[in-house]
Amino acid sequence: MVEVSLIEASRRAAMQEMRRDPRVWVLGEDVARGGLWGQYKDFVGEFGAERVVSTPISEATIMGAGLGSALVGMRPIIEMRIFDFTMCAMDELVNQIAKIRYMFGGQAKPAVVVRMPHGMWRNSAAQHSQMLETWFAHLPGVVVVTPSTAEDVAGLLVQAIRSDDPVLFFDPKDLFGVPGIIAEEIEPIPFGVARQVSEGNAATVVSWSAAVPLATKAAQMLAEQGIKIDLFDLRTIWPWDQDAVIASVKKTARLLVVHEAVEVAGFGAEIVARVIDAVGPGALKAAKRLAAPRIPIPFSPALEAELRLTPDKVVQAMKGVLAA
Amino acid sequence: MNHLGDNLRRLVGLYRTMARIRAFEETSVAAHKAGEIPGPLHVSIGQEAVAAGICVNLRTDDRITSNHRGHGHAIAKGADPRRMMAELYGRANGYCRGKGGSMHIADFSVGMLGANGVVAGGIPIAVGAAQGLKMQKSSAIVTCMFGDGAVNRGPFLEGLNWAVLYRLPVLFVCEDNGIAAFTRADSVTVGPGVVARAQALGVAAASVDGNNVMAVDEAAQAAVAAVRRNYDPHLLHLRTYRILGHTSTDAAAWRPAGEVEEARRRDPIARLGAVLSERGLSAAELSAIVEEAKAEMAAARKEANDAAWPQPAVAYEDVQDTGAVAWSKYR
Repeated sequence: MVEVSLIEASRRAAMQEMRRDPRVWVLGEDVARGGLWGQYKDFVGEFGAERVVSTPISEATIMGAGLGSALVGMRPIIEMRIFDFTMCAMDELVNQIAKIRYMFGGQAKPAVVVRMPHGMWRNSAAQHSQMLETWFAHLPGVVVVTPSTAEDVAGLLVQAIRSDDPVLFFDPKDLFGVPGIIAEEIEPIPFGVARQVSEGNAATVVSWSAAVPLATKAAQMLAEQGIKIDLFDLRTIWPWDQDAVIASVKKTARLLVVHEAVEVAGFGAEIVARVIDAVGPGALKAAKRLAAPRIPIPFSPALEAELRLTPDKVVQAMKGVLAA
Repeated sequence: MNHLGDNLRRLVGLYRTMARIRAFEETSVAAHKAGEIPGPLHVSIGQEAVAAGICVNLRTDDRITSNHRGHGHAIAKGADPRRMMAELYGRANGYCRGKGGSMHIADFSVGMLGANGVVAGGIPIAVGAAQGLKMQKSSAIVTCMFGDGAVNRGPFLEGLNWAVLYRLPVLFVCEDNGIAAFTRADSVTVGPGVVARAQALGVAAASVDGNNVMAVDEAAQAAVAAVRRNYDPHLLHLRTYRILGHTSTDAAAWRPAGEVEEARRRDPIARLGAVLSERGLSAAELSAIVEEAKAEMAAARKEANDAAWPQPAVAYEDVQDTGAVAWSKYR
């Protein structure tokens, strides 16, 4: 076992898989220089410039060329640098990658991993901070991975690279420096299995990505007051672990979903609706969401802080659910 | 026709390919009019020399990417017209199990990586496929077919730059029928044209009469050889003409009287027929090729019309391995 930062965990996972499988290659801006986040440091030295391809700033072709290589049997890691730039490659992602297996009646399995570091990070403002993972949960044909720990990033990235499905891998920018302990030989973590962070009967809290450590801290603060909750890190929002969440809500009758993305039509709405459908509206004492207001991410620290979730805000929301 | 020399045999082959594409599309237009084929149908009647002249120079393991007007490309690459027709009809035995239709025909077994409903959508895919093949040390190449409208989309610039940057085995083919949907391409496209645009990016490019299949064949033969030999991307600009409208139900009646009649005089099949007559083929021999193609496509139409529809559960298949929704849940 070794203690590493979250981004280093992702580097080790990708390196392990590139050593294991010569079909895996990585393309994206600056990846031969190690990538914007150092997530491909030393790759070009080991694997060469043909498999570690620094590209022009041509997002549509980064995305589409990754797909094209998959159609002849390669397994690309398509690096988008920052999620927001994926907007320049939406045709290739939404109309091509997500549809190609279906449209062609199963002739093609586009085994691509698209890495999209997302979320607020150091006052990067409206075009470098978005969390739009919900859009892709809405999109048939893809897996949506939203991890929050070094261990999960490593195991889920291994799983993603080995998967025959297109996997949209949302690296949590704000947590890149957070340490965790990973194995020397990283094992894959299956998609759709939540990680239970804490256990209790008082309420069910569901979260993912950058909101998880805040919810974890909040749960600890409540535990110190003797209030114990079931806290789940979904890890993947499509597929998502409906069984674990529904079983917990049947026990607690109180549900809170915490996510950094905008609340309106966010994935929390889907979770609340599914849970109500499963347990019946009368079985719930509370079903709430704590998420962002429907505004872009502002630049100024004073304004960004207004939007950021904090453990205190989560505790307050949890108390609201407990009091209902 | 065993008495023919190699060169003449090649021309007869091109004639047959064009006749089969023409017959396939005329049959499908009739079937669409009869209400047998649903959905939009984009046909390439008048443009057959492009598909035939390019693909005769490709190996089965060479890949092509196509566009929304791609029936001819698929047939010329070796796809089975019966399974294509079944796909146009939305039937279970179609290439895509009835999930793609005319705009999404693919046959990976003959290197046909798919038609595409988005203009220029095939360009990034083509360069990526070429990059994969190069990494695999394959000698196969990728041919990327797009129209005159595609040169105004970003992926055209990105894809050509990419192909030169990484020295990829790609042949870009701009099938220029002069009309982007309902608009004259030259009325919305500035500058000296696609060849100049390609050359500005370092792509060797040439303009050829796309209604002269012998000229297309000759240009493609040289370009394919150069692409295969040197990983040196090339572009061919093939000027042709779309006899029908944007879709089979669009009359394109805005075109001035006489324009279509004038274009018909440059019909690629008739032109090659005249050459073949001069070289000694009888009218009966030429007619037999055309009639055989018509009979083949009539049989494909009948077979498709009689074929089974896909079962409802098929709608739920081929989505994804993990996280797929079950048909049983939605019954």
